[in-house]
Amino acid sequence: MSEFVQYLVNGFAQGSIYALIALGYTMVYGILKLINFAHGEIYMIGGYVGIFLLSTLGLPFWAALLLVMPIVGLFAVLIERFAYRPLRGAPRIAPLITAIGVSIVLLELMRLIAGAQPRPFPQPFEDVSYEVGTWISALDGVIIQRNQIMVFIIAVVLMLLLNTIVMKTKIGRAMRALSMDFDASRLMGVPIDRVIAFTFFIGASLAGAGGMLVGMYYNQVEPYMGQLAGLKAFTAAVLGGIGVIPGAVIGAFILSISEALVVGYGESSYRDAIAFAILIFVLMFRPWGIMGKAERVKV
Amino acid sequence: MLGKISKSFAFMTTFAVAGALSAQAKAAVPTLKVGIYLPMSGRTASFGADVYSGVKIAIDEINKAGKVKIVPVLEDEKSEPTDSANAVKKLVNIDKVHVILGSVASSNTNAAAPIAQAGKVPLITPASTNPNVTQNGDFISRICFIDDFQGSALAKFAKNDLKAAKAAIVLDSASDYSQGLAAAFRKAYKALGGEIVAEVSYQAGDQDFSSQLTKIRTKKPDVIFVPGYYSEVGNMMRQATKLKVKGTFIGGDGWSSESLAQLAGDGIEGHYYSAHFSHEDTDAAVQGFVKKFGTLNKGKSPSDMAALGYDAVYFAVDAFKRNGYKTDAEGLKKAINSAKDFAGITGNITLDANRNATKPLVIISTHKNGHKFKQRVQP
Repeated sequence: MSEFVQYLVNGFAQGSIYALIALGYTMVYGILKLINFAHGEIYMIGGYVGIFLLSTLGLPFWAALLLVMPIVGLFAVLIERFAYRPLRGAPRIAPLITAIGVSIVLLELMRLIAGAQPRPFPQPFEDVSYEVGTWISALDGVIIQRNQIMVFIIAVVLMLLLNTIVMKTKIGRAMRALSMDFDASRLMGVPIDRVIAFTFFIGASLAGAGGMLVGMYYNQVEPYMGQLAGLKAFTAAVLGGIGVIPGAVIGAFILSISEALVVGYGESSYRDAIAFAILIFVLMFRPWGIMGKAERVKV
Repeated sequence: MLGKISKSFAFMTTFAVAGALSAQAKAAVPTLKVGIYLPMSGRTASFGADVYSGVKIAIDEINKAGKVKIVPVLEDEKSEPTDSANAVKKLVNIDKVHVILGSVASSNTNAAAPIAQAGKVPLITPASTNPNVTQNGDFISRICFIDDFQGSALAKFAKNDLKAAKAAIVLDSASDYSQGLAAAFRKAYKALGGEIVAEVSYQAGDQDFSSQLTKIRTKKPDVIFVPGYYSEVGNMMRQATKLKVKGTFIGGDGWSSESLAQLAGDGIEGHYYSAHFSHEDTDAAVQGFVKKFGTLNKGKSPSDMAALGYDAVYFAVDAFKRNGYKTDAEGLKKAINSAKDFAGITGNITLDANRNATKPLVIISTHKNGHKFKQRVQP
């Protein structure tokens, strides 16, 4: 029992990070139908900006977290402006390839600037572990780290904030309108360029925060960290139903918890195989993902 | 009179020409073009930097001494098998080097070796320990011990010195090195009467090991054997401390990097790994190298990877010398494969029929303030 709960705890901490990255994929896809492969690299850059703010500028953790988000967000806006916007009318494959290119450029650029070595992340908080067994005897042996709780809470707060922006504000309404019908929104006078830039900004801010949280949680940042995490987050977004915001969160938790359980009770070398098999299985029955809506493709 | 002058002039000219010729003969130092492919970037970039620091010292020394001229060509294999193969392809076909040194991760050397073999260029790996590496052909050799020895030495150390009755294994299922070393350990540890209570795997690039560690924690092993590379092991140690996993971590030469302690934080204390060399060795040759390395690297101590890099260059030059300073591939290959009692910093190197070196290893304990020499294990 306590073992099972421990796997859930591990899964939830990992899942909150996947979710923060997955949201960026899903928002951009929802509006532009573009899979922004450079998104994993944005998350990695968030980790490095975090190190810079914490150690070089010596900022406190909360200030650094609040600064990382707009910095990385603006960076993504620049990428959108110069790499994706010129291709907006082009066939969908063109921006897709561009996205892969941007991803490689960012990865290699960061490797040249910061070096390929994993960098230890400055530790803003002491490591504190809580033994749940002292309160609930049935859960003896379950350990929750304070960092895990913090990562989870910060992620949830950011996601609630995102939800408010999308559901309650004018720009959020514009984003939803664009994702429903791009051309109609344009005809109705929605400032498309600004809304798209804002979408990139928000998505990248979340990924940047994710990069910083991962740096804090795992004590390291490296140029390659965005690749695997980006792939997993993309999977989570597809699993939950790409383009649907709550879907990305649910997909992220399903993916991370099933990974933890496969390692715990199954064969750990099959972890990724099983995680992706789940994806394929879900998509066989619900090709639009868990939360996605069936969409008829117009010919 | 005129005839006499012209005669003496002729004599002088002859003399001058002869002098010039002998000076030219003196200037024609035998040249060896050495291709080096190492992970200068990527996940195991620390290995590349370390090995190359030793390689560079050796090349500078040899070129300064002036008896042999080494022309190095360095290629980055980016910690990837495919890039390793491409790097060696370039060294063989474009640079046309006489001998190749590299690489560290066995998967990468395994990917590159068939190309050197087909191109008939001797390839000496300083640090790839997987037994299969030299099975790629007679042009492939190594100056380090193999994982069969390393795995069994670690199993003996765990069972006899640490008195560990139960062991868990955490391996990288996609790495040749990790799999080979785990197999050797498993076999030797079971033969000694030890019990393997859990076996879990991870993937290079993983950051989260909490689920693997949770599983291990429930089996309560005395030692946790992690035949992996420092980039993942450091993180794993740190998470083990947080999850209150008891049990001593042990591992192989893949741990050998400064980054291990940085990544592990407080989790670094009191684990053991096997290495090719310890800078604490009191041997005069070792201390000479340590001193040399320190003056060139701001007082830092050389890792065993640096020592292996240093040895690899001298080893290649020694074979070049025994081949009469000729660069023909067949002759060089024979000279390399018949190396006997070559005195290196990392021990005496004699290649066996499978072109592997039989050498002692050292066991090192890991600490926050510098690792310590624990014991030497003879083959």
